[in-house]
Amino acid sequence: MRPFSFQKPGSVEEAVAVVEPMGVAGQGGAFHAGGTTVIDLMKLHVLQPPSLTDLGGVLERGIEEGEDGTLRVGAGTTMAEAAEHPAFLRAPVLSEALWKAASAQLRNVATLGGNLLQRTRCPYFRDNVSACNKREPGSGCAAKDGINRLLAVLGTSESCIANYPGDWANALILFDAVLETRSGGGGREIAFGDLHVPPGEDPARETILGDDELITAIRLSVPEWASRSVYTKVRDRDSYAFALTSAAVALDLDGDTVREARLAIGGAATVPWRAREVEDWLAGRELTEDVAVEAGRRAFAGARGWGENDFKIPLGRDTVARGLMEAKAMTPRNSGDSQ
Amino acid sequence: MTGRIGAAVSRIDARKKVMGEARYAADFAVPNPLYAHLVTSTIGRGAITGIDESEARTVPGLREIFSHANPLGLEPDGMFSTGGHAQQGWEPFAGPDVRFYGETVAMVVADDILAAREAAKRLRVAYSAEAPAAVFGAEGLEPEELPDMALSSGDLDAAMEAAAERVEVEYDTAANTHNAMELFATTAVWSGKDLTLYVPSQWVEGFRAGVASELGIAPERVRIVSPYVGGGFGGKGSLYTFTPMVAAAARRLNRPVKLYVTREQGFTTASYRAETQQSVRLGARADGRFTGFEHKGRELSSRPDTYVVNGADKTARMYHADAVRTGVTCVHADRQTPGFMRAPAETPYYFALESAVDELARRLEMDPVELRRRNDIDAEPVNGVPYTSRSLMECYDMAGEAFGWRDYDPAVGSMRDGDWLVGWGCATAAYPTQMAPCAVRVHFDRTGRARVMVASHDLGTGAYTVIAQAAAEGLGLEVDRVEVELGDSRLPPGTIAGGSISTASNVSVIQIACERIMQRLGTTPERIDVAAVFDAFGQGAIEEYAEWAPRGSRPNARGGLYGAEVGIVGGPEEEYTAFAFGAEYAEVRINRWTREIRVPRLYGAFAAGRIMNEKTATSQYLGGMIWGLGHALQEKTEIDPRTGAVMNDNISEYIVPVNADVMDVRAMMVPEEDTLVNPAGIKGIGEIGIVGTAAAIANAVHHATGIRVRHVPIRVEDLIGTG
Ligand SMILES: Cc1cc2nc3c(=O)[nH]c(=O)nc-3n(C[C@H](O)[C@H](O)[C@H](O)COP(=O)(O)OP(=O)(O)OC[C@H]3O[C@@H](n4cnc5c(N)ncnc54)[C@H](O)[C@@H]3O)c2cc1C
Ligand code: SF4
Repeated sequence: MRPFSFQKPGSVEEAVAVVEPMGVAGQGGAFHAGGTTVIDLMKLHVLQPPSLTDLGGVLERGIEEGEDGTLRVGAGTTMAEAAEHPAFLRAPVLSEALWKAASAQLRNVATLGGNLLQRTRCPYFRDNVSACNKREPGSGCAAKDGINRLLAVLGTSESCIANYPGDWANALILFDAVLETRSGGGGREIAFGDLHVPPGEDPARETILGDDELITAIRLSVPEWASRSVYTKVRDRDSYAFALTSAAVALDLDGDTVREARLAIGGAATVPWRAREVEDWLAGRELTEDVAVEAGRRAFAGARGWGENDFKIPLGRDTVARGLMEAKAMTPRNSGDSQ
Repeated sequence: MTGRIGAAVSRIDARKKVMGEARYAADFAVPNPLYAHLVTSTIGRGAITGIDESEARTVPGLREIFSHANPLGLEPDGMFSTGGHAQQGWEPFAGPDVRFYGETVAMVVADDILAAREAAKRLRVAYSAEAPAAVFGAEGLEPEELPDMALSSGDLDAAMEAAAERVEVEYDTAANTHNAMELFATTAVWSGKDLTLYVPSQWVEGFRAGVASELGIAPERVRIVSPYVGGGFGGKGSLYTFTPMVAAAARRLNRPVKLYVTREQGFTTASYRAETQQSVRLGARADGRFTGFEHKGRELSSRPDTYVVNGADKTARMYHADAVRTGVTCVHADRQTPGFMRAPAETPYYFALESAVDELARRLEMDPVELRRRNDIDAEPVNGVPYTSRSLMECYDMAGEAFGWRDYDPAVGSMRDGDWLVGWGCATAAYPTQMAPCAVRVHFDRTGRARVMVASHDLGTGAYTVIAQAAAEGLGLEVDRVEVELGDSRLPPGTIAGGSISTASNVSVIQIACERIMQRLGTTPERIDVAAVFDAFGQGAIEEYAEWAPRGSRPNARGGLYGAEVGIVGGPEEEYTAFAFGAEYAEVRINRWTREIRVPRLYGAFAAGRIMNEKTATSQYLGGMIWGLGHALQEKTEIDPRTGAVMNDNISEYIVPVNADVMDVRAMMVPEEDTLVNPAGIKGIGEIGIVGTAAAIANAVHHATGIRVRHVPIRVEDLIGTG
C-alpha cells in the first residue's frame, strides 16, 4: 500500500472541502466510509489515493420514516443496521438484498453510501496488470475473451463488460430513490437511476458524481404493497458470495393479476438494472408461470454473452421467473393486495 | 481412569488455541527482524529481460533486492517424489527463465513490512513473454507417459468384450488451491552458524534436511520450529523455495528475516491439486460382477518436474475384476509443480471410479449399493493380495440405515419436493493405510507426570491429544498428566504428517516406549502405584527412547530416521493390502428454476481400525466430507489460458463452503479390529472423509435431474438451460 494521508474532517462541509479531487482512474483522493471497498483496492494498488477523507462520525446515520411511506436513509447507516430496520423489513426486498450480501463482519462496517459505490469484482480490473479500460483508459479489455464467468451480459460495451456486483442497489432502484449530495459547489439531488452510467466508451467513469461530491442521504418512497417483494439471489454458495444473477421484485397484485410490477436485475448487468419494459408488459396480466417465464425472456432479450458467462442469460431469465413466482407466493405482512 | 485410547477426549490444546496462546510459526517474535516480500512473475512463460530497481530503491528502509541478478546461491534439494524434500525441483533465481505465471522472480527485504511491499510493487521487471501452455487443451503441452506406474492383470480387452453392460467415459477434475487459514510464512534467525526457522511445516525433519542441503550446511545446524499448524492438508508437507531463500537472505544481511506470503501469492508459490483428465472403462456381467476395469489419468505438472498422483493405482484395488489396466500420463505445462492436497490421489480418481460405478448400476438397472456388494472382495484383484481387513459393506449398511436408503426410488426425478428437485447418491471412500518409521522419547517421573517428545505435527488434527492418550494408556495415567511436545526438529525424529500416517506410527512407537518403561519399573499400566514403583526403582524419573518401523519397511529403515528419509509403507503391499473404507450418501436439492445445488444431508460411515479418539476422529471425517462438498460443487482455481494467471486468487472468488452450505453432515464409525495392519491396529483417518463425497454428490445430481456431470466442480451452468 502506498503511503497516504488520512484526513478526519468534523463535518460534511469540511469533508467536501478537504477531499482531494477524486478523478476516475484511481489516482485521486477518495472518501473512506466503511473502507471495505476502498482499502481492499488500495491493498491491490488498483487505487492509489494520496489521501483518504474519513466519513466516520460525519455522515448521517439511521433511517427516518415519513408519514406517506417515504424514508430518509443516512448514507452512513451500516448495512447491518439497515437490514434489520422495521421500515426495510416491511418491504422485504430492501432488507433481503442487504442480509444476503457480503458477510456479517462486512455488513457491520460497510455503509449504504459506500455500498452503492462499490466497484466491480472483474478480476482483470483487480489484478493491476492486465489490459483494463476501467483501470487504465485505452488499454483494452482483457475480460472479453478471458475468465468472465462472473461478468455482465446486459449493458456491456466493447470497452468493458464488468458487472455491477452490488445487491442493494437493485432493490433501491425499484423505489424511485433520490440521492441527496453535497459538494464544494453546494447540494443537489440525483435520481438514483441516473447515478450509475453504463460503460459505453468510457468505463472508467462509473457514476455522475462530481470530483468532491458526497452522498449524504437517500430518500425513497415505499408503497405499502411492496410488502410483497423478494430479492432472489443465485450464487455459488449459500452465503457470502456475490450474485451470479439476482432479481429484485415487488408486486402489487389484484388476485393473480398484476396491478403493478417492479423488477430489477443484479449480478448480470453493468449497472443497477431496472427492467421497466418488462414491468409495463406485466401490468394487467395474470401472473402465471408462463407469464413469469416470458417476463424473464423479455428481461434478457438484449443480453449478450461473452463465452464463460453465456449461462447467465438462461440463468438470469430463470432467476426473474423464480423471483416473480416467489413474490406471488408470498403472504404479505400488511395484506398488500388492497382492494 | 479417563482419557485413554478411544475416549472422546477434547483437544488438550483447545484452551491454548481459544486463548490465542498457541503460537503458530509467524507468531514467534524475533529481535530486530527485517521483512521480506516476494515479487512474482506477470507472464506465464518466457524470460526476464531486465530488472529496474531504481524506483524500488527510493523506498525508505529498503535493504536488498534478490533476484537472478543478485542470487542467493541456493542449490536445489530436489523434489519430494525424487527423494528430496522440496515441492519443486529448481531454484527460482537460477536464471532469467520464467516457467509460470506467479513464479517468484525477486525478493525484496526492508526494515518493515510496508516498505518491503511498497518496494516490491515498485520493482520494474521487464520480460520477453511467450504464449504459455498452462491448461489442458493448450498447444505446446508435453505429455510424458509413465509406464512404470501402470498396472495390468488379465486380458482387459477380452474382459470388456465379455461384459453385458459397460461404461466408457471421461471425467475431469479442476485445479484446487489450498487456502489454509494460516498463510505461508518463514522467519529465519541465525545465531553464529546455527539457523532457526519458524515455518509452518508438516515435516520438520524433512524441512531441516532440505534447507541444510540448499544452504550447503550440516543439518545439525538447522532447527525447524512449527508447534502448531493452521491447516496443513499437504500444503505444508514439502519445502517451498521461499523458506531457504529467507534463510539465505538472513545470512547475507546478518539480521533475522521474516516473510509472509500473501493470499494471492499462495496460489502460485505453493502446492496445489492439479487438474486431471481421466478415462474409465468398466464392464459387468448381467449379474453385476465386473469383468474389466481400465482407469487412465492425465495430470498436469510443471515443465521441469514429473509429479503425478496416479490414483488408478488405488482405484484398481477396490473391486472384483477379471482384468485390470491402469495408466498415467504426466502432462508438462507452464505451471507451478503441483503437490499434496488432502487425499491427493484418491480425491480425483475416486470421483471417476465411483461415478462410473453409478453409471454402470443405471445401465444394469441395479441398486448402486447392491452392485458394490456383488463386487466386494477379500483380496485386491491385481496381484490377489489379501486385505488386512475390509468393512466396506458394513459401512454402506450403517450409513445407509441412518440415511434411509431403503426408500431410494431409482427413477430420475422421482423425489421432487415443490420447486426443488431432490436426488440421492452414494459412493465408496477408501484410503490406503500407511505408516512410517519414527522415534519417540517418553519421560515419566515420580509425581506421576509424563512427557512425550516427538518431531511429529498437529495440523489441527488433534495429534497432541491422541499422543497424550496413547501415553496415558501405556503408563496407566490420566490424560491430563501427560504433556506432549511436537513440531520441533530437535525432538526425536517423527514422520511426515501426510498420507494419514501420523497416528498409527506415533501410537505404535509410544506403545513400545511405554511397555519398556513398565518393564523397567516392574509394573503394568493397570496395576501401577506411581510413587511406590519409583521408590522401588531407586530413581525419581525414567526415560525411554524408542524407535519403530512398520512391517514392510526396508532393512535398517530405522537408520533412515536420522537422514530425514520418508519411509512410508502401506496400502497395496506384497503381503497385505491395507486400506480404510467408508461409504458416503448424499442428498441434493436443486432449484428447478435456477439450479443451485444444495446438500441438505451428507452421511458417511467409516471403518478405520481402532479409533483413538471418537471426538477428534469425527472432526476429521466431517472436515473431509465438507471439503468434499466444496470440491464437488465449488472449488476451482480459474486459470486464464492466455497467460496462465490465476484469476480468482482470493478467498472471495475462490469459493469454499461456508456454514450455510453445511447442513446435516454426519460421520459414523463402524467398529473394526485389525490385528495385521500394525501393532496399534490403527488405520489413518485424516484423508478418507473427502474421498467419496464428490461422486456421491454427482450421483445424487444425476438422480435428481437426469444430467450426468462428469467433471467437478458441478456448478449452476452445468444444469441450466437443459430443461
Ligand atoms: C469479500 C467481500 C464480499 C462482498 N460481498 C458482497 C455481496 O455479496 N453483495 C454486495 O452487495 N456487496 C458485497 N461486498 C461489497 C460491500 O458491500 C461493499 O464493499 C461495501 O458496501 C462498501 O461500503 P463501505 O462503507 O465499506 O465503502 P468504502 O469502501 O468506504 O467506500 C467505497 C467507495 O465509495 C466512496 N464513498 C463511500 N461513501 C461515500 C459517500 N457517502 N458519498 C460518496 N462517496 C462515498 C468511497 O470514496 C469509495 O470510493 C463485498 C465486499 C467484500 C470485500
Ligand atoms: S471488463 Fe471492464 S473492468 Fe474488466 S477488464 Fe474489461 S474494462 Fe476492465
